[in-house]
Amino acid sequence: MDFSEYKNVYVFAEARDGNVQDVALQLLGKGREIADKTHSSLHAILVGYDVKKEAQKLIAAGADEVLVVDDKLLEEYVTEQYVQAVYHIVSERKPNIILVGATSIGRDLAPRLSARLRTGLTADCTKLEVEEDGSLFMTRPAFGGNLMATIVSPRHRPQMSTVRPGVMAKLPADPKRKGKVTEIKVPFDVEKMAVKVAKVVKETIKVEKIEDAKILVSVGRGVGRENLPLAKELAEVLGATLSGSRAMVDAGIIEPARQVGQTGKTVRPNVYFALGISGAIQHLAGMDESEFIVAVNKDKYAPIFKVADLGIVGDVKQVLPVLIEEVKKILATKA
Amino acid sequence: MKIICCLKQVPDTTEIKIDPVKGTLIREGVPSIMNPDDKAGLEVALRLKDKYGAEVTVLSMGPMQATEVIKEAFAMGADRGILLSDFKFAGADTLATSSAISGAVRALKDYDLLIMGRQAIDGDTAQVGPETAELLDIPQISYAKSVDFVKGEFVVERKVEDRTYTLKAKGPLVVTVLGDQVEPRYMTVEGILRAVQEKEVEIWNASQIDVDPESLGLKGSPTQVKQSFGKQLKSAGVTHDNVDAAAGAKLIADALVEKHIL
Amino acid sequence: MENTLEMKMFQNLLTDFIEKEVRPIAAEIDEEERFPAEAVKTMGKIGLMGLPFPREYGGAGGTVSMYAYAVREIAKACATTAVALSAHVSLCCTPIYEFGTPEQKAKYLPKLCKGEWLGAFALTEPNAGTDAAGQQTIATLQEDGSWILNGSKIFITNAGYADVFIVFAMTDKSIGIKSITAFIVEKGTPGFSVGKHEKKMGIRGSSTCELVFENVHLPKEALLGQVGKGFSMAMKTLDGGRVGIASQAVGIAEGAIEETIKYVKERKQFNRPIAAFQNTQFVLASLYAKTKAARLLVEDAAAAKDAKSKELTVKAAMAKLVAAETAMEVTTKCVQLFGGYGYTREYPVERMMRDAKITEIYEGTSEVQRMVISGAIMK
Repeated sequence: MDFSEYKNVYVFAEARDGNVQDVALQLLGKGREIADKTHSSLHAILVGYDVKKEAQKLIAAGADEVLVVDDKLLEEYVTEQYVQAVYHIVSERKPNIILVGATSIGRDLAPRLSARLRTGLTADCTKLEVEEDGSLFMTRPAFGGNLMATIVSPRHRPQMSTVRPGVMAKLPADPKRKGKVTEIKVPFDVEKMAVKVAKVVKETIKVEKIEDAKILVSVGRGVGRENLPLAKELAEVLGATLSGSRAMVDAGIIEPARQVGQTGKTVRPNVYFALGISGAIQHLAGMDESEFIVAVNKDKYAPIFKVADLGIVGDVKQVLPVLIEEVKKILATKA
Repeated sequence: MKIICCLKQVPDTTEIKIDPVKGTLIREGVPSIMNPDDKAGLEVALRLKDKYGAEVTVLSMGPMQATEVIKEAFAMGADRGILLSDFKFAGADTLATSSAISGAVRALKDYDLLIMGRQAIDGDTAQVGPETAELLDIPQISYAKSVDFVKGEFVVERKVEDRTYTLKAKGPLVVTVLGDQVEPRYMTVEGILRAVQEKEVEIWNASQIDVDPESLGLKGSPTQVKQSFGKQLKSAGVTHDNVDAAAGAKLIADALVEKHIL
Repeated sequence: MENTLEMKMFQNLLTDFIEKEVRPIAAEIDEEERFPAEAVKTMGKIGLMGLPFPREYGGAGGTVSMYAYAVREIAKACATTAVALSAHVSLCCTPIYEFGTPEQKAKYLPKLCKGEWLGAFALTEPNAGTDAAGQQTIATLQEDGSWILNGSKIFITNAGYADVFIVFAMTDKSIGIKSITAFIVEKGTPGFSVGKHEKKMGIRGSSTCELVFENVHLPKEALLGQVGKGFSMAMKTLDGGRVGIASQAVGIAEGAIEETIKYVKERKQFNRPIAAFQNTQFVLASLYAKTKAARLLVEDAAAAKDAKSKELTVKAAMAKLVAAETAMEVTTKCVQLFGGYGYTREYPVERMMRDAKITEIYEGTSEVQRMVISGAIMK
């Protein structure tokens, strides 16, 4: 098939409340790699209201060009107006590859867009590999994380992927990088915008984003409610963030934003403490790419030990107090 | 009010095990269930039925075994059930699946609301809802936790990572529902008896739906699976089984120093 | 039970309900002696509380076999919740359905079947247990056809939460047993009070109380069936009740065996799971086979009730006798297999053993069942 007119890599740079989201920078990191390998250019599509100012950030993250659609209509994310904006750009530019973050915005926008383009879409990718000829191999988890599948789009362009946040690495920001900022005026078809926003209620509880943490102290059923204070103390002395398994969220012991796993968040901290977590596949899917995994569990057959770099078979209630003291001692000597 | 509710029968992925030797999925003996997000969608439809007397038609695509989830939907309170079953649908990716579903919806003609679960626990894509909406050229609202109908408009609460929207739109539209935000009702004994003894599942094949046949099945699928494999699990490091708590804690502390974490 | 899809869906419904609302609180309601009111409400919503009654009366239109299946499944997780269902369906709804006038059926069945009202059955008195005919509660006929009720009942299941009671009383002391008559008495009727919750060895969450009747005025519409036919109505009702209790007993036994098999696979002594020892294997094998035998007797009795068979009385008696004694043997031996841990409240088997005992006693002691069976076989 002749795909010669489809060139270059385009990244949907997700923004909320006028701020570019981290996933956009991660996608630009990967997009840069793909563009370089295929000798093509990387473009970011920035859609929103009062969002133009973020364009430099995207160039610093690797984009050669930022296409900006800045309009009051785009103040809150509503499907139709965002899809129209992106469609207007990509139907004209004909990208070879379009990458979108697999967030609630991306997973609402991308399939609508791909259907409008009558092209394929691969969801929630954790790995992207490109051939020199521009063919993309998109790998993603299915069956609740039990199976990995590599998907291709042999007869259709553009090739589209939504990419799981927290998986791709962003480039170190290069503020000296040069790039083009192109403002696009989209002829919106207002008739089609049938969905109206009546009200928006933002989450008031400010939870540190576990995806950004360098050290995570993660709690499971083996910690439970009674030993949560111990885990919190460990997190505090280490300067770490608290996270946990689905069981702990379902039991109302920790907030949903702290959930690690297939239906929670994917994290890649430097250190992941798995405390009283058995290591069900759905949980591992969210953390097994952590640099260094320390597991403490009473059950020596717990699956978590299969991925732990350092495993201690023991009772969290007994190990943690000693560990906390040890850490305090060490920090005191370093001070 | 007429509501069409899409359901999928899926393997219970929480029960799936991996063959430790081959690294492949063991699918035998895994029970089939109604996809949890779809069950939540059905609950939303049934609440609208309770409140406004809506007629609820459930639609599914799959092999004949999938009639079980339609019967389950009957036992929960659905009025009509249709299974799209035809080898021509086989090998479909999400776009081809959406083509089939939009074809069936077009054949059903009048409807006010098309409800689906946000994603299926086997495919995990969350794509069919939005793609079907695009093919039907109607609005979509995803990640819904509730749907009401006020003054001729659907009022939908959309819950995303950091905020909750209240959105309004006139039907027909597509709404995809979050499974963990809606508690579905039980079946009832009477519902089960009626579902099995009295209610029929209509089986439709490809010729009965309103769609371009080229857009179905493998032919109509832009994406294809190149290969699949069991997840390459990170390999194990060292697990200490015979140490007491204090010794274990020391081992951890030492490792943290060694790795320059402390 | 023929239709497999029907039974598969029914099993899914029961599993869903039991795992969500019954099992998680079973230990708690035993510990706190708390009636499982929420679970009972759900049983009403899903159609269990009127399972074997026709839809025209608000029932689900199912069979006694299905209902017995439900009682057994529930009892595996919680004997208390199971008996709340069994007493309601077999001992209150059933006599109204079988002996009531069209007006009585229309008045009581719809709400009972939907679980909006809870039912109870009041035969036992302080001086009339196995000697049920020794009733001392008296109902005196008035000139206008109404009745005045005086007396007391004890050990009445569901009493503290019931809305509708089937109460038995003598109407003419001089005729004795042939004057025993049944009445439908509603909660809140002046003069009718429910006494304190009885503290028991097992099924501690079951609401077991005494009833006191002091010059309770009953309208003539409260008469259930015919005057003087009360005793035979009670016995017929108990036949069906025994199917329920036998189901409960089998469920308790099955639940105990399941818990024990799980435990013996994990528990290690002498460097291996105790499941590896022949004693464990042989004991469990015998218990399993005996429980299965009891289950088949129960299924046979349930089918007899569905078929309105004349053999119901002896089949129900056999089912209850064997199931109850099996449950007691099974739970006792299961606690033994658990060893020390089985004696603690950390594991459910000690509760199952305490729960099992009552099945040998209520709705006719094992001795009574033997009287019924020998009466039938030696005619």
